[in-house]
Amino acid sequence: MTVQSAGLTSTTTGPSLRTLSLAEALFVPVAALIVSALLFSVFLLIIGKSPVDFFGLVWVGGFGSSFSIQQSLQRSAPLILAALAFAIPARIGLTMIGAEGALVLGGFAAAAMAIPLVTGGAPVPLAWLLMALAAMATGGLWIGLAGWLRHYRGVNETISSLLLSYIAIAIMNFFVEGALRDPASANKPSTMPIGDAYRIGSIPGTSVHWGFAAGVILAIVLAILMSRTTFGFAARMTGGNVRAAQAQGLPVGLLVVACCVIAGACAGLAGFFEVAVVHGQANASLVAGYGFTGILIAFLARHNPLAIIPIAILFGAIAAAGGLIQRRMGMPDATVLVLQGIIFVVLLASDTLYGRLKIFQPRAMGDRT
Amino acid sequence: MDNSLLIVLIAMLGGAIRVSTPFMFVALGECLTEKSGRINLGLEGNLVLGAMVAYAVSYHTGNAWLGVLAAGASGIVLGALHGYICKLPRVNDIAVGIAIMSFGTGLAFFFGKAYIQPSAPRLNSVPLGDWTGNASMAQALQINPLFFVGIALAILMSWAFANTRWGLIVRMTGDSAASAKAMGVSVDLVRLLATAAGGFLAGVGGSFLSLYYPGSWNEGLSSGQGLMAVALVIFARWDPIRCIWAALLFGAAGAIGPALQSVGITQGYYFFNAAPYILTLFIMIASARSKGAAREAPGELSITK
Repeated sequence: MTVQSAGLTSTTTGPSLRTLSLAEALFVPVAALIVSALLFSVFLLIIGKSPVDFFGLVWVGGFGSSFSIQQSLQRSAPLILAALAFAIPARIGLTMIGAEGALVLGGFAAAAMAIPLVTGGAPVPLAWLLMALAAMATGGLWIGLAGWLRHYRGVNETISSLLLSYIAIAIMNFFVEGALRDPASANKPSTMPIGDAYRIGSIPGTSVHWGFAAGVILAIVLAILMSRTTFGFAARMTGGNVRAAQAQGLPVGLLVVACCVIAGACAGLAGFFEVAVVHGQANASLVAGYGFTGILIAFLARHNPLAIIPIAILFGAIAAAGGLIQRRMGMPDATVLVLQGIIFVVLLASDTLYGRLKIFQPRAMGDRT
Repeated sequence: MDNSLLIVLIAMLGGAIRVSTPFMFVALGECLTEKSGRINLGLEGNLVLGAMVAYAVSYHTGNAWLGVLAAGASGIVLGALHGYICKLPRVNDIAVGIAIMSFGTGLAFFFGKAYIQPSAPRLNSVPLGDWTGNASMAQALQINPLFFVGIALAILMSWAFANTRWGLIVRMTGDSAASAKAMGVSVDLVRLLATAAGGFLAGVGGSFLSLYYPGSWNEGLSSGQGLMAVALVIFARWDPIRCIWAALLFGAAGAIGPALQSVGITQGYYFFNAAPYILTLFIMIASARSKGAAREAPGELSITK
């Protein structure tokens, strides 16, 4: 998008600008991952554990067998959707950090929608469709509200979406503890279980659930929408310069709200899969921090929907390996959190390297003058 | 009826005093950082790590106040890390804040596993309400010394911002990096120090959670108080004294639910928990386009633009 290689390559002797910027875009994150691994090794050595064992187990637990690969893909599903919920508004220039709330509220809406459907014995595919629509509509409304407040009322979207997140969690708790509580859920207040018949199974032949497929498909669709359509172009232009977009007569307010609704719908869909696949009901387990991890994944992917997929799978793999590390090395489950934290910090700090490494800069710039 | 209303009011007062202290410290820390023109969303990590470190140090040394200091030190480390990374060019401070939050929380959970069971010495409270001769009043006025430290600190900060050279430098850096540079002030250094000092305060706020109320270390200790501080500072319009009032208000709103429960009203517990967030959102909507709010916000702060 920023590469104007045509004029330059003719005068340069080295690799083209496009190759250079691609090499840079691959080198920086890979170098950051290596630095994170080294830093975490130091941490392991300090506490007297073997880094070799640890990373061996991460590999085995994350990618070592077809079972563990499937586990990793499974775990990446909510992360892909939550990351999309951050990346799409980011393209239009908004820092929307409320995906957690949209996910929780979407999951709750799906579970609430399931109550009449399950008790009424609705056909399973119809129930899934209505639950997913309820989840996407609720999530879309939630982030759309933050987008609307931003554009039409001038309320900062970062803070308002954060506040809306807490309000969403409180709304879920309010209903789960009260009106919609299943009396059978003694220790952990929950909504009525949707029952095995209405649970979503795995993609045939695998143990990966459909949420992963939905995440990948949505990421591809949104990548096309943002890079190949008029809507995407208008949204990116608005993100680049609101005044210029307004001067061109673009419906900026509509674009902002539409991007936020899409984002909220992605997060809401993640909530739907959490309910329909993982938990089978809505309860406090929905508040699992996927929204915040998604923000960081979207940043690492530089808000590119396609790049989100591999990065989310990497973090899914680290999470999937957690249990194995816990058992084999006798380390607490929070080990994975420490590793993730180090990776996030180092990768974000590595953003500063873009455009500053000499080897990735075109050498023959002087020839042109 | 009068009696139960009184019980609710006293419980809210006590709740406000009890719950507000961590809000107060985190908000004062965030206020200092934002005054210098930077935002730190990572204070939640400082709070949780501070709570763990305070509990661990108090357990091993037998001195709760050493725990408070250690929590502050851990906060300085995280704050300085955030400050250092944010001063690199092309780095997004919102994302780094969230990364620091997840890093701090991860460290706290990792090292905190060993301290979920043991019992460490706590901070003692000062009984100020015995003269009232009312048991629940006396209970409500059991006040932790950190509460007073927070109030003193707010007054000191408010005075220092207005009257000292350092206060002026911080405010100038936050309002216009260009003028600060013209005056020969190192913008990066001022922001680094302000972020580290803000981290210290958030760490101390965390120590209150584990050493006084609720008073033990566990992983669900902080319910987002650190993140809330960002909203609270906007609510208080970057004024340390108003941070105290805002923290008390947030504490009181959080105490309505349990207070009503104590007199037999159990409905709406979670609704009242959400009250401070809803209130802040409405105040933000009301003040978003007012000139007064725009005047009080530090000019360099990305979050208010």
